[in-house]
Amino acid sequence: MRAYIIRRMLQSFIVFGAILVIVFSMLQITGNPAAILMPLESTEEEVAAFSKEMGFDQPLPIQFAKFLFGVDTVDYFLLGEIQNIKTADVDIENAERVKTLGVIRGDFGFSYRHEIPAMGLVLEHFPNTVLLAFTSVVIAILISIPAGVLSATFKNTWIDHTSSVGSMFGQSMPNFWLGLLLIIFFSVYLGWLPTSGFEAWYYIILPAVTAGLYATARITRLVRSQMLEVLEMDYVRTARSKGVAEWLVITRHALKNASIPVVTLVGLELGILLGGTVVTEAVFAWPGVGFLVVDAISNQDYPIVQAAVALLAFVFVFVNLIVDLLYAWLDPRITYS
Amino acid sequence: MAVEQSQTMPRTTDEEEPRGPSEFQLAMHELKRRPPAILGLIIITIVIIMALFPWVFSPLDPVDQDLARYTKPPGFTDTAGRVYHLGTDQQGRDILSRIIWGSQISLIVGITAVLISGVIGITVGIVAGYFGGWVDTIISRIIDTALAVPFILLAISMVAILGPSLRNIILVIALRTWIVYARVVRGEVLSLKENEFVIGAKAAGCSTIRILFFYLFPNVISTTIVIATLYLGRMIIIESALSFLGLGVPPPTPTWGGMLADGRSFLDTAWWISLFPGIVLMFTVLSVNLLGDWLRDVLDPKMKRIAD
Repeated sequence: MRAYIIRRMLQSFIVFGAILVIVFSMLQITGNPAAILMPLESTEEEVAAFSKEMGFDQPLPIQFAKFLFGVDTVDYFLLGEIQNIKTADVDIENAERVKTLGVIRGDFGFSYRHEIPAMGLVLEHFPNTVLLAFTSVVIAILISIPAGVLSATFKNTWIDHTSSVGSMFGQSMPNFWLGLLLIIFFSVYLGWLPTSGFEAWYYIILPAVTAGLYATARITRLVRSQMLEVLEMDYVRTARSKGVAEWLVITRHALKNASIPVVTLVGLELGILLGGTVVTEAVFAWPGVGFLVVDAISNQDYPIVQAAVALLAFVFVFVNLIVDLLYAWLDPRITYS
Repeated sequence: MAVEQSQTMPRTTDEEEPRGPSEFQLAMHELKRRPPAILGLIIITIVIIMALFPWVFSPLDPVDQDLARYTKPPGFTDTAGRVYHLGTDQQGRDILSRIIWGSQISLIVGITAVLISGVIGITVGIVAGYFGGWVDTIISRIIDTALAVPFILLAISMVAILGPSLRNIILVIALRTWIVYARVVRGEVLSLKENEFVIGAKAAGCSTIRILFFYLFPNVISTTIVIATLYLGRMIIIESALSFLGLGVPPPTPTWGGMLADGRSFLDTAWWISLFPGIVLMFTVLSVNLLGDWLRDVLDPKMKRIAD
């Protein structure tokens, strides 16, 4: 058990290291990061100067080391002294941006547009994304479990058909389009709910329904198929022949036993939603990480993008680790091979 | 975990048994009893024909702008007697014609991305599963990493950095999707390689390449076809999401996602701009998904939850 925990943590650690490589490579992939960061109308000399200033002209391993551990640390390690940036032809503002503590210490540099640390800005928006993801999952559970159970209980009746067709559509509907339809109907036509922003609790209703659509459809289908499987089991037949009331058979005997894979899927969907409400946030101008990133991309504000990708990936790895360790603790039958 | 479990029963080559109906015949037999799959087949056929010969079906020029026709409702007829069946957008372009031409980008991106990711994923999966050891460990960690990175977030950033073009969009989508194939194929190969026909081939002196190509590859084809179909719909949605966020194939090329984005500013005055492209997009994805469900049940009934 202890060996398993250690190995599992080590794995997560490696994965997180690889994620940092990806985040670092994002800007390097075109071969000329300075050109991506500078405004389109900049001259070649300006781009070259900026490239030198930011250290993009240095060898990749050194750039990566600076990205990880900070400029000063690497300079001290390589040169034996902290190299001061010559601020003669560079304004102080830019000098601030160049010198970071490194991502290991949570410093992804400054947001170009907002002039504050990028990670701080991402963390500021993160609670809104978490709130949206959790609300979406709660709505998904509230709809999908009754729908799946009813569907299986009344197999091949109109209830089952409606639920099956509904979840098939739910899986096929692009959620940003659903978002637009909801705005047309509830905000424009009925005037009940706001179109965008987050000023009071009911602002979350439309975004949460939109983001949770896919999860709802998937969980409904899984609950239905699991229930159908379990309802064939001997213990269900035994319970029935003992004269247990049908609704008790379904809730207590069947649903409980059908719930293990469902819990797994719910966890999985939550993980996906934490990193995947980007489009929904963009539709409803929901002030979460996704909205921040879409806005940052249109302003070429890449430190924010890098910080956001790193944070959300880290959260995903962390949540997965916790889930796996919980599993090992809850179910001793799991073999750790 | 579900994936691992469903892999414990490998398909065997039943050479000793008399040949039953082929998989194709079984699929066709099953199709007759599945109206949704027939519906899916009909819709997707129509969309493909539309994408192949858009000029035949498109009533008007999809990029012809005229601000005199600014956001006209469905059924609008201009002074020249041309009818705009689904209305016009904010630049006076015919929405029906744009939907028909827009099918091209969706299908090209979807199909190409599925093919590229399939080739990479199958190769990586077979190699990881067959060789095991450190090769498998490295590939498994790469898969873990790729799974952890939030896909949409990375996709929009990469497309923005590389520049939105057809090629870059396809590459970015394919570079994430191959892991789905790799995971499943790896699992299948892990159990397949313990089979007698593989061990026998090895004993008979077959080269490794030969074993990979002629013994393992044919046995993972049906699984990968199912994944490909189930993922085609998602690829189409992701392409339209990128277009929706302004990171799709640049204008004036019509894309469904781009049309939805156009309609965003006119939800209160011209709902038709965002309604109709969305309907076509949804039914296209729906029909692909219906086909995927059918193929999964026919080709690989054990694979109940595999590509989820």
